[in-house]
Amino acid sequence: MHHPGTNNKVYKKINDNFEWSSENFKKISEIIKKYPSNRIQSAVIPLLDLAQRQNNGWLSKNSMEKVAETLSMSYIRVLEVATFYSMFNLEPIGKNFVQICRTTPCWLRGSDKLSKVAQEVCETNIGETSEDKKFTVVEVECLGACCNAPMVQINDDYYEDLDEESFKKILQDLKDDKSIKVGSQIGRKSSQPERKFDA
Amino acid sequence: MLKEKDKIFKNLYGFEDWKLEGAKKRGIWSNTKDLITMGSEKIVEEIKNSQLRGRGGAGFPAGLKWSFMPKDSGKDHYLVVNADESEPGTCKDREIMRNDPHLLLEGCLVAAFAMHAHTCYIYIRGEYYSESSNLQKAIDEAYANNLIGKNACGTGWDFDIYLHRGAGAYICGEETALLESLEGKKGQPRLKPPFPAGAGLYGCPTTVTNVETIAVSPTILRRGSKWFANLGSSNNTGTKIFSISGHVNNPCNVEEEMGISLKDLIEKHAGGVIGGWENLLAVIPGGASVPLLPKSICNTVKMDFDSLKEVQSGLGTAAVIVMNKSTDIVEAIARLSHFYKHESCGQCTPCREGTGWMYRMMEKMIHGNVEHQDIDKLLDVTKQIEGHTICALGDAAAWPIQGLFRHFRPEIEKRIQERNRRVA
Repeated sequence: MHHPGTNNKVYKKINDNFEWSSENFKKISEIIKKYPSNRIQSAVIPLLDLAQRQNNGWLSKNSMEKVAETLSMSYIRVLEVATFYSMFNLEPIGKNFVQICRTTPCWLRGSDKLSKVAQEVCETNIGETSEDKKFTVVEVECLGACCNAPMVQINDDYYEDLDEESFKKILQDLKDDKSIKVGSQIGRKSSQPERKFDA
Repeated sequence: MLKEKDKIFKNLYGFEDWKLEGAKKRGIWSNTKDLITMGSEKIVEEIKNSQLRGRGGAGFPAGLKWSFMPKDSGKDHYLVVNADESEPGTCKDREIMRNDPHLLLEGCLVAAFAMHAHTCYIYIRGEYYSESSNLQKAIDEAYANNLIGKNACGTGWDFDIYLHRGAGAYICGEETALLESLEGKKGQPRLKPPFPAGAGLYGCPTTVTNVETIAVSPTILRRGSKWFANLGSSNNTGTKIFSISGHVNNPCNVEEEMGISLKDLIEKHAGGVIGGWENLLAVIPGGASVPLLPKSICNTVKMDFDSLKEVQSGLGTAAVIVMNKSTDIVEAIARLSHFYKHESCGQCTPCREGTGWMYRMMEKMIHGNVEHQDIDKLLDVTKQIEGHTICALGDAAAWPIQGLFRHFRPEIEKRIQERNRRVA
């Protein structure tokens, strides 16, 4: 199954000089302070995350080289981290990165139906990006919200307690650039039992 | 059922304010200085007496683990909180971190003091973005109110907490892989020994421990180890958050006394099995890694470490995945095999090659596209993976399959026969 976070091919953007934005540059000095001064390699995951956010959700070769330079690491050490962790995308993704949880607890509650809905509404296949570049749809392993299954992560946010209808609406609203409601779609607070408490 | 007054997690669902003000109303940070002045030996002693067992899956006695930290090593000591909650079925730490983060932070201070650590890293899985932002806000509040930082809570103990986000790797929930990841490397487990208490993060004495274990410790110290030990049964004491998912009417997280019966847990808290108890097929009682239990065992089994071990399963993270009779049980386990194939770090050959092989075999088994002798071949392979890898991921990948064949072998044999009939 294709996933931009699990391929091992690196793309180099032509005419791209990746430079930290001034805002991120400030953030970096804060991040590095968390670790002992001779151990700043610890900051490689947070910095790759920053670079990915600055680079529209994926890591080009240039951006990884910048991370290596910033932390005085060799490029290969950064690359092996970027390829190991599935949250680092090594190829461009759409504006909305739709990650559908496929592991057993979500599957028991109908996650495979959500995959079908996503392919229809986003007009793309699992693992691919739609032509209008609005959506990249992937299936992922357990996202740790099993009591709110089935659930989907879109960019940074979780959408929980879904069914085909509510998921279709979310995707359609995203397509139409409307705002959408994060979290449980049936108005449940966290993972409380749905019934009201007597006490 | 657990009485309201014995609950440790009073804001599990986030009905109340999770920030400092709300936390203080729930008694968090109220007399932390008194807890610290008990002294590190007394704290460890109390945790030992409470018989608290680690809540991350293995169930190792927490007090004993804390006592492994050397007293005077001359190096920095570290407390690392494992918030890389990725075991399928488990979503309890998430609720603690987003709805009651100060409970965790207070626990960090107390536990770190007991282990002579001035620094704590909380390693949270990268996907938990909103949880990490709540936790970071709570950390900022705690610094601003001098609850942590220099002279934390006026105890004279300097203590820093740093939040570190991961980037999507189940294996980083294994303690040494987590340390590798925290050092900025691939998350591949280390050989033990040396154990982290001797040489952990940056080669310094380190204790890695689950969010829930840390979060319950201040309450144990406040109310006394006796109170905690009186809940549950001997060697399986206290309360525990159970995550109930799958085919139940009301999937939920709930704090309950250890040793509650599985049937009560499902019926009283999760609204029962969809279609009624008689419609139950099987339950995975402790997260994806433990073998499933068929209905006959579910009728009577109690939810604690020892009772579940007796029926050849385990409490694990207490993530109860319920499957009713509409479930294709073979596909349910095949999906878990896919999970382990995806998450194997690739370091040890039996796991790297074996998880893929087992998954492909399980996929074929769904449709009965195998021969009868392949069942024993598959079981043989699971035995060859189990115990032959650096970390427990190999075991975790093998056990669900072994559990499936222990209880549902006739189901797969039936599918093979049906296929043979179709082909012939």
